[in-house]
Amino acid sequence: MAPAHVASIAPSLSLPLRIEGVVKRFGGLTAVNGVSLELNSGECLGLLGPNGAGKSTLIRSVVGRVIPDSGTVSVFGARADSSGAREALGWIPQELALYPKLTCRENLQSFGLYHGLRGAALRTAVEWCLDWASLTDRALEPVAHLSGGMKRRLNMAAGLIHRPKVILMDEPTVGVDPQSRNRIFEMIETLHDEGVSMLYTTHYMEEAERLCDRIAVIDHGRVIALGTKDELVQNAFASRSEVIVRFAKAGDGVDGWVKERAGVFEDGMARFTIEHANEVAGLLDSAGNAGHELADISLRKPNLESVFLHLTGRELRD
Amino acid sequence: MRTGLIALRRDRGAFALSFVLPIAFFSIFAVIFGGHRDSTPKVKVIVVDEDHSTASQRLIRGLEREGSLAVKKKPASKKGGEQLDYTATTAEAAVKDGTAPVALIIPHGFGENPISFGASGENRPPIQLLKDSSDLIAPQVIVGLLQKVAMTAMPDLMAEQGSKYLDRVAGGFTPEQRKRIDEGLDELRRLEDSDEQSSASGDSNRGMPVAVATRDVVGQNRDMVSFYAAAIGVMFLLFTASGASGSLLDEAESGTLDRVLSSRVTMGNLLAGKLLYSMLLAFSQLVVMFLWAWLVFKVDFIPHIPGFVVMGLSTAFAVGAFGMLLASICRTRAQLGPLSTLVILLMSSLGGSMFPRYFMSEAMQKAGLLTINAWAIDGFTEVFWRDEPISHLWPQVLVLLGIGVLFWTAARRLARRWEYS
Repeated sequence: MAPAHVASIAPSLSLPLRIEGVVKRFGGLTAVNGVSLELNSGECLGLLGPNGAGKSTLIRSVVGRVIPDSGTVSVFGARADSSGAREALGWIPQELALYPKLTCRENLQSFGLYHGLRGAALRTAVEWCLDWASLTDRALEPVAHLSGGMKRRLNMAAGLIHRPKVILMDEPTVGVDPQSRNRIFEMIETLHDEGVSMLYTTHYMEEAERLCDRIAVIDHGRVIALGTKDELVQNAFASRSEVIVRFAKAGDGVDGWVKERAGVFEDGMARFTIEHANEVAGLLDSAGNAGHELADISLRKPNLESVFLHLTGRELRD
Repeated sequence: MRTGLIALRRDRGAFALSFVLPIAFFSIFAVIFGGHRDSTPKVKVIVVDEDHSTASQRLIRGLEREGSLAVKKKPASKKGGEQLDYTATTAEAAVKDGTAPVALIIPHGFGENPISFGASGENRPPIQLLKDSSDLIAPQVIVGLLQKVAMTAMPDLMAEQGSKYLDRVAGGFTPEQRKRIDEGLDELRRLEDSDEQSSASGDSNRGMPVAVATRDVVGQNRDMVSFYAAAIGVMFLLFTASGASGSLLDEAESGTLDRVLSSRVTMGNLLAGKLLYSMLLAFSQLVVMFLWAWLVFKVDFIPHIPGFVVMGLSTAFAVGAFGMLLASICRTRAQLGPLSTLVILLMSSLGGSMFPRYFMSEAMQKAGLLTINAWAIDGFTEVFWRDEPISHLWPQVLVLLGIGVLFWTAARRLARRWEYS
């Protein structure tokens, strides 16, 4: 798959993307608070965090739609606002940034023209995008007539029309049904296999686990943890397991009882970490003695959700 | 009802449209058609006296005393000296260039037989009324007032002509009757001479016609279709341009604008592209409108194509930039709708798209010059009505291009808010 457009900066030894100390404030709100990240060649780096964590603002800082108050962003060593960097970057925004009255093909042609593609290069790029997004048979359909999943796929394809080397995906699966989401995952995995470097923001743990080589956990504009999924879990829990307890009837002082055992109580559920499985029996005895009736109890290996809860004291979905 | 009221209060544009627009329009119509009597415009009329007789001078004095007329016997004085009186030639030129909508030429021999009855007046020279047919009102006002002034400013001549008519038709007066008639006429002359300051008002029912020969010197054999094509066309161009430029707001709301600006396209490129699109749309609309007027209403389009193109492009540029400015001012498409409706209807009513500006007072006519409509309609009138060459369109073209540049610059400046956050 030869790139239809060759970026004017050479993908040399410089990192595809380097973010250093980026700060962005909107009035009294600090949306991004000193974020530094590096994206390696061919890597998919996940930005995992709840809504409002600053993920989109960071992505918009990279793509030049937001001017950071401080910090720098470079793409293959070039300033992010240089024309070469712009051509090397592909941005897939969270919104459906398409022309609803134009057909799929006309949309792709328009965005291709905006990126300077002409003639055969444009035609080739449009056909590749339609094929990649499985929209070839809907090429002449106006966007307004497409299903939600198809619009999402076209939205992604439009960001890739100029065949960028670094792709910034801002929650590309928001509002998509499970079937379409799987199709989108396959599209992203195709790009990953081709060695494209990607920064992928999401607040879905399972997406980050499936797609990303490394994950940066972001909250309140700060990166609070960075590593592979296993590294993050290991750093947060070491060899400990997680116990999740649901109460059928929680007695008075359940909150204090959970805290005494270094657990977190939220939404009628308590989470504890234990080193050995036999600690579960002690937990059950203690709950019975304190008058708390349990509905069920489960033991599981910690995941990214557990990591986020461990680091922030809040659920990821918040 | 509650939800309707809450929604109306939240939607400031609709709120303004509901209350401000009716008040604004009511005020404009009230100012134009009533209420401010002092500001009712005077009808300009150029008068050329070729006769220099007592009758012609008295007729002119009578016209001058009419409060609704502004009689001009010579062009406005310039630096360096007094201007000469209008002649038939210069008066016709003045009507052609729009100085006044009507000129009256009182011919040699008018005083010998100023008023006549029936067939007796067939051989006398009539007063020439030269008119600009784009003004439907002024010529009719002048003709009516001319008759009125003849009857009231020259009662002795009327009576004298009446007695001559009777003398001829009835077979002559007796010496005693003749003597009494002459005494009566002397009395009328004394009354007229002693009452120079009196108004020319009087009993207008005793109709005695002054012969008037009317001639169109502008817009000969043309109806008002080309005027309306321009007037209505410009108003709809403004709506089209504001609607077209609203795509900028749609794109900003959907996020498409951000995506476009993350490519090679700059905000300047984008606005220029949208301006060109609006211009193309507006110009095409004008072409279709005038082609329709040509095919269906027989407007003389083909010989005027060069002037039409110049005026069409200038107007399209101005309205395109106007649309971009409105879109840049507004935050959302919902704001653009009411604001553009308000501004366009105000501009159209003041600028002559809804009714000709000569209906309006001097002050309103001057205010109309602040609108795109007025300059565009003036320009098209110059082309289609006055047959002016392209070189004579420079004031309208210059103003429209100036408006376009000004609006475009302001729009570009306001659009900076979309560039970065």
